[in-house]
Amino acid sequence: MKYALLVHQAQEYFDRPKDPAMASAGRAYGDALQAAGLLIGGGGLEAPQTATTVTLRDGKRHVHDGPYAETKEYLAGFAIIDAPNLDVALEWAARHPLAGHASIEVRPLLGSHFALGTAK
Amino acid sequence: MGEPDAHQTIEYVARNSYGRLVAYLAARSGDVAGAEDALSEAFGVALQRWPEEGVPLKPEAWLLHAARNRLIDASRRRQVRQKSEPYLQQLAGEAESLASAEREFPDERLKLLFVCAHPAIDETARTPLMLQTVLGLDAARIASAFLVSPAAMGQRLVRAKTKIRDAGIPFTIPEPPEWDERVSFVLDALYSAYTAGWESVADPDSAHRGLAAEAISVGRTLVQLMPEEPEARGLLALMLHCEARSAARHTSTGEFVPLDRQDPALWSRTFQEEAEKHLRVAAACRHIGRYQLEAALQSVHAHRAVSGEIDWKEIALLYEGLVRLAPGIGSSVGRAVALAECGDAAGGLAALDAIPASRVASYQPWWAARAHLLQKLNRGPEARTAFLRAASLSEDPSQRAHLLRRAES
Repeated sequence: MKYALLVHQAQEYFDRPKDPAMASAGRAYGDALQAAGLLIGGGGLEAPQTATTVTLRDGKRHVHDGPYAETKEYLAGFAIIDAPNLDVALEWAARHPLAGHASIEVRPLLGSHFALGTAK
Repeated sequence: MGEPDAHQTIEYVARNSYGRLVAYLAARSGDVAGAEDALSEAFGVALQRWPEEGVPLKPEAWLLHAARNRLIDASRRRQVRQKSEPYLQQLAGEAESLASAEREFPDERLKLLFVCAHPAIDETARTPLMLQTVLGLDAARIASAFLVSPAAMGQRLVRAKTKIRDAGIPFTIPEPPEWDERVSFVLDALYSAYTAGWESVADPDSAHRGLAAEAISVGRTLVQLMPEEPEARGLLALMLHCEARSAARHTSTGEFVPLDRQDPALWSRTFQEEAEKHLRVAAACRHIGRYQLEAALQSVHAHRAVSGEIDWKEIALLYEGLVRLAPGIGSSVGRAVALAECGDAAGGLAALDAIPASRVASYQPWWAARAHLLQKLNRGPEARTAFLRAASLSEDPSQRAHLLRRAES
């Protein structure tokens, strides 16, 4: 099954200076997922203030500055993985380098609606 | 002896094999709701055909065979989860060979129990899910025991089953690092089924009472399925010790009798002996846990039947262990009372008052314990206030009446 690991973290963590150790931990995590044959894709995201949100209502395109909703936590990164079951996905979520302060939401992808490559 | 009666056989299989049949089907399809639907359709077909065609030689295998056809059809119709198709093909082959071979179909109930109490399942759904899938109890009956509407309970169960299927919760036995924690989720869910049944013991015909008996039967199954796990035996021993006293907990006129005033002659020796047997086997594993300690506490009380007195020193020691192993207000209150019964009433009261007030404001056992200790210390007016507070927090009418009587004593 394919799962999205969605990393949510508080605004204050986006505001901190970038930590090179964290960046290399993130790369190592991606490498480990790849080596396990699970990784389909993913990456970290810039701060929510860099976001631009588009909506289409009644055929009219609206573009506005900022993320889609003002909340305390924002999406900071994601990975799409192909894992045999939820327990394996949860195990990898717990290994995420940001798991110590961020929340890692594990969501199954809609089975057949989304055509994506398989891991490897 | 004539032909086995079709309806009787169906009823017997539904009562004794329901959980095993659901577990077998669900472990292969990953879909509990689908397995239940397929099985209930298979029972429906059996009800139509067996009275005319006769009861098959192996009724369970026949039902599995009928159910797997339905599972495959349903899966093809949905066309969403291609992944489960290979499982279903395998299931088809297995069902075929089970129908002809001598061997029994494998017991997957333990995997099903771990799925029901998986941390990804909403905590309030775990116990109901366990009762429904393993015992086949209907949502309305479970709802009445948990004091929610049948519709709300039905919805909770449907949501949990959808989650199992769509999130891909695996039907596996957890490995050692996770084992202890995952077992404790299963045991907690089962204990909560038992306590839902225990709390209204005053009414022996209520849905609750039946639930306590069902919880004990799942507990016995659990011990069979994980004989090496001492905590499973600990929980079973705890439930059996409590159940042993059900006849002694009220007088013939329905008045509540506290544990230390109960007539030991009314306790069930059979249940107590079964409990003690499991505790002994558990102790030999040398891996102590919360349920073994709680059962040991009950065992000390049960020993009064032989010794004529309660060994409060032993109880205080066990609570000491419990407070360390499973901290909570329940064990802290128990420890304080044991301390007082050992002769240090002032120390017991101080221990009660050390628990933050915000946590005990509506916790009935704290108020009852406090009242009891104040009375021991001859602080009558304060004891009376505390008894009244404890009575007003009681859900059981006979217990409320008992506390009101003590307030006036």
